[in-house]
Parts: sequence; C-alpha cells; structure tokens
Amino acid sequence: MTDVLLSVQAIETFYGPIQALHGASIEVRPGQIVTVLGANGAGKTTILKTISGVMDPRRGGILFEGRPIARMSPDRVMRLGICHAPEGREVFPFLTVRENLMMGAFTRRDTAAIRSDLEAVFGYFPVLQERERQRAGQLSGGQQQMLAIGRALMGAPKLLLLDEPSLGLSPLLVTQIFGIIRRINEERGTAILLVEQNAHIALQTAHFGYVMEVGRVVIADRCEALAAREDIRAFYLGHGPGASGSVRRPRRRR
Amino acid sequence: MLETARVIQIILNGTAVGCIYGLVALGFVLIYKTTETVNFAQGDLMMLGGFLAFTLIAKVGLDYWLGFLLTIVFMAAFGYLLDALVLRRVIGQPQFAVFMLTLGLGFIFRAAAGIVWGYDAVSFPTPFTGRVLDFGGIVVSANNLSILVGTVGLCAVLYLFFSRTRLGVAMQASSQNQLAAYYMGIPVRTVFSLTWAISAAVAAAAGVLLAPVALVDVNMGFLGFKAFAAAVLGGFGSIPGALIGGVVVGIVEQVAGYSLPAGFRDVTANAVLLGVLVLRPQGILSQTMRKKV
Repeated sequence: MTDVLLSVQAIETFYGPIQALHGASIEVRPGQIVTVLGANGAGKTTILKTISGVMDPRRGGILFEGRPIARMSPDRVMRLGICHAPEGREVFPFLTVRENLMMGAFTRRDTAAIRSDLEAVFGYFPVLQERERQRAGQLSGGQQQMLAIGRALMGAPKLLLLDEPSLGLSPLLVTQIFGIIRRINEERGTAILLVEQNAHIALQTAHFGYVMEVGRVVIADRCEALAAREDIRAFYLGHGPGASGSVRRPRRRR
Repeated sequence: MLETARVIQIILNGTAVGCIYGLVALGFVLIYKTTETVNFAQGDLMMLGGFLAFTLIAKVGLDYWLGFLLTIVFMAAFGYLLDALVLRRVIGQPQFAVFMLTLGLGFIFRAAAGIVWGYDAVSFPTPFTGRVLDFGGIVVSANNLSILVGTVGLCAVLYLFFSRTRLGVAMQASSQNQLAAYYMGIPVRTVFSLTWAISAAVAAAAGVLLAPVALVDVNMGFLGFKAFAAAVLGGFGSIPGALIGGVVVGIVEQVAGYSLPAGFRDVTANAVLLGVLVLRPQGILSQTMRKKV
C-alpha cells in the first residue's frame, strides 16, 4: 500500500498537433489539498481533464490508489472515486438544482448514503436547499459554482478535482467558497486537487502547491514556502518588484 | 357558410393526422437535442413500423395489441442498433456526412421494404376499423380517436420517463451538457443509442396508429417532410413544440383541403412553416440555451 492517493507521472497530452503538457508530474496524498497554479495556457485544466479521462495522455501514466487509470473512460474513473467540478461550472441548465445534484450520484446505488450526502451538501450550501426546485440555469454564478461543487460531492469522491472555483466570482463569494472547500477537506477527509488562477486564496487554502509554466511543473513545494518565495510573490501574488526585471519568472529546473 | 359541426369535424380530423406528424416530429427533436444530428430517415422508421405491424398482425395473426407492443419493442431495438452500429461511426464527422448518411438510410429502408413487402399498399385489421362514434352530430371514427388517445398516452409515458426516472433525467442531462454528463459518469454513448431507440419506437407507434387511416406503403415515410416542417415550426428542440407544430400542420392541411382548390393541401405545411419562420424564426416554443464561456 502506498501513501500516495494520486500520482501523475510525466504525462504528455495533446490537443490535436498542439502539445499542452510536456511531461507534467504531480502527487496528491490522502486528506491533502493540493493546488496547481499557473498563468492562462499553462496546462492546469488539461491536467484535470487527463486525470478524469476526458482526454488521454499520449505518454506517461496516472496511478490512483496504485491502480493505473490513464486512458480509462470518464465514467470508470468517476466510479473509482474521482469527481470533477469543471471549469465554468457546466451545470445542467434545464434541470432543477436537486436533479443536478442527483445526477452527481448517477453511478451510485446506495440510496441511504446518497440521501445523507444530499443533506451534507445542503449543509455546506444552504442556498441550494432554498433553490432546490429552481432550474440551475436561473442561479447566479456563485450559486452555480456551489452547485457544481455540491454535484461533484454527490459522487462520494475520494479525490475531488476543482477547476477554477473562483472564476468570475466576487471576492466575498470567493472567500466563502474557499472556506467551504477547506471544511469539506477537514470534515470529510476528502483529498482535493485545486486548479486556480487566484494564487492568493489557493495558497491560503492548500497544503501543497505546484507551479506550472507552458505545460511543465516548474516549482513544487509546501504552500507556506511557496507564499514566501520572492518570484512567486512577484508573479502570482502581485507583491514586490515584479516588473522591474530583478526577479526572474520561474523556469524549469534541469 | 360552414356549419359548426362541419368545422369541428375538420379540426378533429386535422388533429388526428397532426398527432402523427407530431409523433414523427418528436422523434426528430429527441435525436436532434441529444446527438445534434437530424435523422432524415425518421419517416421511414415509421414506414418500417407500419409494415412490421402488418406482418405480425395480418400475416402471423397476432392479436392487435400484442402485435402493436412487439412492433414497438422490435423497432426500439432496431433504432438502438442503428445508432450503436452505424451512426456512432460518423461521430465527429462534418454535419454533411451525417445528413447524407441518414438520407441514404432512408433510401435503403424504402428499397428493403419494397423487396420484403412489395410496393402495394397494405392494411391490417384493428379493433377500431369501421367503427364510428357519434357525439351529438359530430362523427368521429374510432380510428381517429385511437390516434388521439394513443398520442396522448405515449406522450404521458414519455413525460413520466424523462421527468421521473433516473435514466430519463440522465438523458436530459446528456442533451443539455454532454461534457458534464461524462464527468457525472453517465454513459453518454449508451444514452445516444437509447435516444435512437425511443425515437424509432415512437415513429413505429405512429406508423401502427396511422395504418388503418392511410394504409401502409413504401412511400409513407415521405410524411416525414411534413413532420420535419412541424418540428421546425415548434422550435426544433422543444418536445411540446413538436406536438403543437404537428397539430397545427394537420389542422391547416385539413382546412386547406376543404376550402382551397385541389393541390393546395400538400403545400400548406410548407406555407405555414415559411410564415412562422418569417414572423417568429425561433419557432412557436423554443428553449434558448445560454452557452457560457
């Protein structure tokens, strides 16, 4: 048995002829929140899509609980306990909030546990209970984000993949949602792989972080250490001398 | 001057034919919503259903209801396999390829039906044949009534399936957001095939219901063009819209057949379609999908 829940090993993923990942490797341990930071186009979302099985890596492997899952179909990956709240929320607009949540539990048959998970989701996001019978398309952006996270939780994940949960939300809502993400991790022990552009909140929330630049992992460290680094502060947190040129953008270590 | 009873009569007849258009249109819409392809062989699936029922009921000698049920089951299986074995291969190809494929399938079905069942119109006995009901001067043939009741019943079953069952909701979900459906672990490909199964089953039911009124022949599938007009009329994406569109086309056609010179009847469906496209291009009922970036 290994103490690594998910191990992504040097995967290379392509969009047609365009290579998006140039051998990226990351690890998630049980109960850990791991964040992947990076600018637009760094390949953060592609990593999550490759883990979910929506995209297949051309080279490299992915182990989940020691079992190879690269090139598995998305529904099989999901059944193993990896649930994905995708970028841009991707709710089912004409289904009600409740139906959306129940779709998250589509692969499950344990009725009693599904009901208690639904209660738990309503506990984390009371507004979803208030809007239970409304169509998801009528919710605000923040509520849709909560629905997307709640829907992923309904799959009883061992590993929750969150793609840009802060996208397009007000700072207040971002703080609120990340508070809940931390509670989910602490109360349920769910490991979380969090992809974020908002490095500030991500570094506050996660335990371990990776920084990506054009398809490669360039830095890997504990979040406190990352937050203290000069180059991270300059380029991802917006502090320090940044544009002056005295600090270099993180590059791949050879 | 038209008397009231006569008008009601015409409207009832139109509604009955319109229900058939609506059912075939519903098949168009189901497949389009889920797989974003238009199945131009939809009318021919109806024709196959009609002939299959003819074989089971008139040749094999099964009871009407049993024959009806078996026809639906067989055609559902046929629709499922059609998608799983044929249509799945063109996923990702340009729309034009899919269009040509379904059009070609229609030709194949007509030719195959001609070889198997011949080119003469056939019919089979139903419990309704020849019976009429008289509601205070308004005469309704039992055949027409069976179409109305059958359509309403079928729609009720479909409504309950899509809104109450886990699989039905999952099918809706797949049509609304395919990517998210994959993330939920919904087997989207199977859902596609099931959609084809349901569409073929509904078309077959339409064929069986229509048979005593219009007879079954190889070219009955061309009714699909009117049903296509009905589907567009309803907003091409709305299931209630397809049924309403069908009934509108059916009634307008009957009225035109009664009050306009011969020959106008068959163009009215397209005339109405043209009118609606000019005045309300999104169709009578339409859901607008908000795609977010």
